[in-house]
Amino acid sequence: MDWSHSLRLIAPEETLSIAGLVLLLIAAWGGDKASRLISILAVAALVGATFLVAPALCGGAMGPDYSAFFGQVHADAFSSFAKILIYLSAAATLVVAPAFFDRLGAMKAEFPILVIFAALGSGMMVSAGDLLALYIGLEMNSLAAYVLAAFVRTDGRSAEAGLKYFVLGALASGILLFGMSLTYGFTGTTSFSGINAALAGGLSNGALFGIVFMLAGLAFKISAVPFHMWTPDVYEGAPTPVTKFFATSGKVAAIGLTMRVMLDAFADQADAWRQIIVFIALASIVVGALGAIGQKNIKRLMAYSSINNVGFILVGLSSANVQGASAMLFYLVIYVAMTVAGFVTILMLKDENGEPVEEIARLGGLSRTRPGLALALAIVMFSLAGIPPLFGFWGKFLVFRAAVHADMMALAFLGFAASVIGAFYYLKIVKVAYFDEPVDAVKGESDVWHKAILIVTCLFISPLGYLLSGWLQGLTDTAATALFHTL
Amino acid sequence: MSGFPILSLMLLVPLAAALVCLFLEAKAARTLALAATLVDLVLGIVLWMNFDIGGAQWQFTERLEIFSGFSYAVGIDGIALLLIMLSVFLMPICIGASQSVEKRVGEYMAAFLLVEVFMLGVFMAQDLYLFYMFFEAGLIPMYLIIGIWGGADRIYASYKFFLYTLLGSVLMLVAMLWMVHTAGTSDIPTLMAYDFDPQVQTWLWLAFFASFAVKMPMWPVHTWLPAAHVQAPTAGSIILAGVLLKMGGYGFIRFSLPMFPEASAYFAPLVWGLSMAAVVITSLIALVQSDMKKLIAYSSVAHMAIVTIGLFAFNVQGLEGSMLVMLSHGLVSGALFLCVGIIYDRLHTREITRYGGLAINMPRYALFFLLFTMASIGLPGTSGFVGEFLSLGGIYQVSTWTALICTTGIILGAAYMLYLYRRVVFGEQKNADAAAMSDLDLREIAMVVPLALGALWMGIYPESFIAPMRADIAALDARLARAAPHGDSAPTPGKAKPAHHEEAAHGGSH
Repeated sequence: MDWSHSLRLIAPEETLSIAGLVLLLIAAWGGDKASRLISILAVAALVGATFLVAPALCGGAMGPDYSAFFGQVHADAFSSFAKILIYLSAAATLVVAPAFFDRLGAMKAEFPILVIFAALGSGMMVSAGDLLALYIGLEMNSLAAYVLAAFVRTDGRSAEAGLKYFVLGALASGILLFGMSLTYGFTGTTSFSGINAALAGGLSNGALFGIVFMLAGLAFKISAVPFHMWTPDVYEGAPTPVTKFFATSGKVAAIGLTMRVMLDAFADQADAWRQIIVFIALASIVVGALGAIGQKNIKRLMAYSSINNVGFILVGLSSANVQGASAMLFYLVIYVAMTVAGFVTILMLKDENGEPVEEIARLGGLSRTRPGLALALAIVMFSLAGIPPLFGFWGKFLVFRAAVHADMMALAFLGFAASVIGAFYYLKIVKVAYFDEPVDAVKGESDVWHKAILIVTCLFISPLGYLLSGWLQGLTDTAATALFHTL
Repeated sequence: MSGFPILSLMLLVPLAAALVCLFLEAKAARTLALAATLVDLVLGIVLWMNFDIGGAQWQFTERLEIFSGFSYAVGIDGIALLLIMLSVFLMPICIGASQSVEKRVGEYMAAFLLVEVFMLGVFMAQDLYLFYMFFEAGLIPMYLIIGIWGGADRIYASYKFFLYTLLGSVLMLVAMLWMVHTAGTSDIPTLMAYDFDPQVQTWLWLAFFASFAVKMPMWPVHTWLPAAHVQAPTAGSIILAGVLLKMGGYGFIRFSLPMFPEASAYFAPLVWGLSMAAVVITSLIALVQSDMKKLIAYSSVAHMAIVTIGLFAFNVQGLEGSMLVMLSHGLVSGALFLCVGIIYDRLHTREITRYGGLAINMPRYALFFLLFTMASIGLPGTSGFVGEFLSLGGIYQVSTWTALICTTGIILGAAYMLYLYRRVVFGEQKNADAAAMSDLDLREIAMVVPLALGALWMGIYPESFIAPMRADIAALDARLARAAPHGDSAPTPGKAKPAHHEEAAHGGSH
């Protein structure tokens, strides 16, 4: 394993690190006036990193050749797939953020840089081939995320969100670390392949505890029940572009990492962890759906929606095979598009003073005052609810198909039946926007970039998305296969 | 005709029109929607003319592999053809009946055209997943139609409609996933001949039943229907009763019966029981309604119970009868809702007591309403008679008691329909405003005449409607023969008893 090879494999990480440091310098010299320039450069860096990882995905990279630094980092098709999602949604965050912060006068030069570092950490999470790399990536992402959550210091809610996220995140990190140390103690190694090999002979109780604690820590990161409590508060309190970033890049990274750990390090112990996954999947679907029903704030509703969706994604994990992993990745793509569209719509909901309109009741009659926006909202909601022919249906379909193929009929039945509860609150938004009397609260003008991103994502989750599904299916299959062949 | 993608064209025309309608002014949207539905009607007639009766079972087939595991495959047999004809026939009438809709006309027309796309798709789909997509997609425009353009309690009704139907269909989807996994194909014609393990069949059957029973709707999961009917705008009620309910019956014919014959036989007594209860109970409920739409809605539930009775009689008579009841009910209940809509537009109330003596000032209306009432009752010479006669005859061969009880429902049906007619059309003119209503205008006549002609045609010469489906029904009957249930009348020796055990509760859940 020569160093130049390893360094070549982590080119996207290097690009982002250097870009982040250079931009820090620019920020130091230029101050907040340079924030627009820094945003543009940061987007360029993220897009550049995307182009650097794309070949590995298209080439179907897998195996020891794509493993850097003695197995610490995997630059295979799986990590590339997740990174493309992470980088692109981070770039989308930077594109939509200025319009939001300008109003508050809170656009600081640090914002794009923090996003870059968070994306860098996220990328490392999905590439991890070792507990050490996992933890470094996770903390790198988390530290940036804590600051981002509290980015609007003057807003009490934002500060509270940052504090909550930090305290609970640190706790989860501790739990995860405890699980990792148990795993290391009972297997004698920190590399995923080593752990897998060490557990081949059977699972000791200590190692089982390690799995459970690691899962608990990861469940916090993906906001799965019963470690979901922070999500609504943080989603509501954080500035909307940041919430969007957490819900997309952060989610992809955390789920990618969970897949890596479960399907790589503990691949042969699926029977041991499957029941945990089945439980948290069903619990997330049900709790997410029930919790969302009473929400009055649309950002809190999206938080519960993300808990609900994580449940569906985990259904794919419970099958513990290539098909399930591929279905999860496919779901993630659609989920990211739906979430971006949803949050961009929320960003565009402004009253005449440019203040955000977050109360659901104030969206009454939106379809008459702002038909385009209402249509986008309806598309997002029906898609999140998984009603065909919208593309959101296909994600749910694939994960449940994987579950059925893995002979988990009961899970599929319960999961699908619970999805009807979810449909109830998604319908509520459509009802408010389309059936209620106009409140005429939403008046503000929309940023052109918001419109552009909204149109692209809405077209993707509309039935037109199916045209891409053949191509996407190929990519997710490649990525999922790579996950099962890493060494 | 071969090779010309007429089915796809029938889907594309309303789809394209729907997208354009979104951006049009009210008047232009109306014209375009009417034009698009008329084009589809013409295409439907072309389809019917070119349908080779007695030819290959599946005709006009098109297949396009979109990606692995999902293909766009459409094609029709005689059964689908008849239901497609019903749909394209009713659609222009629905558009015509929407004259009183004044707000957001473009979106309204778009929603209606989408309903047409999805319901045609349901009848055309030859791929299990494609069927499911169309089946469930129809919920979105119907939800919007009820919720935006409906009556005072529209929001409750739209939710109930959506969630009831959705819960039914997601259970069906799980069963579909399992079937495709086991049989290795999502091709409906192949699956119709595939023999699933009889024990697993019971589970699959129940999952499909959950969906179709709600859609049909069968007692006791019918409660969404009166709510939806009463709140929906006139055209919404017409299409709901006329076509959307038929998706349930179509589902039984296309999926439950041929794919799970043993399970169908096993559960036949359950279906009979629910249907008997439905016929009697909902007819009695209909008798005491004071709202015209509610009365007709409950009568729809009773008629649909006759359909399920016929389907689960397991013989040709019953199956053909059920199909005819569905077609007839599509025409007649659509027409009855239209009749209610016509006077509702004038007086803005559906209270029966607010009318009376309409025969004096609205003689033409009284005539057509009478015809449809008679057809609903099942008077010989009208469409209602043939289907009910065959269905009940079919079930009589299997179960005398079931037939007997269902016949009381027919009598009750006559009672509530005549009672309705008497209170609305005959008697003295108690209310001045009702007495001042004008008779049918040209547009309204143009809508009721085709329905009346259809109801008479089906009553006088039902062979036109039986011929296209004869071969398909015979094939279905042959497939069912081995599983036909034992009845209490007319013993059929030599038919195998279904091999099921009630304690097979764990089957399929592993």
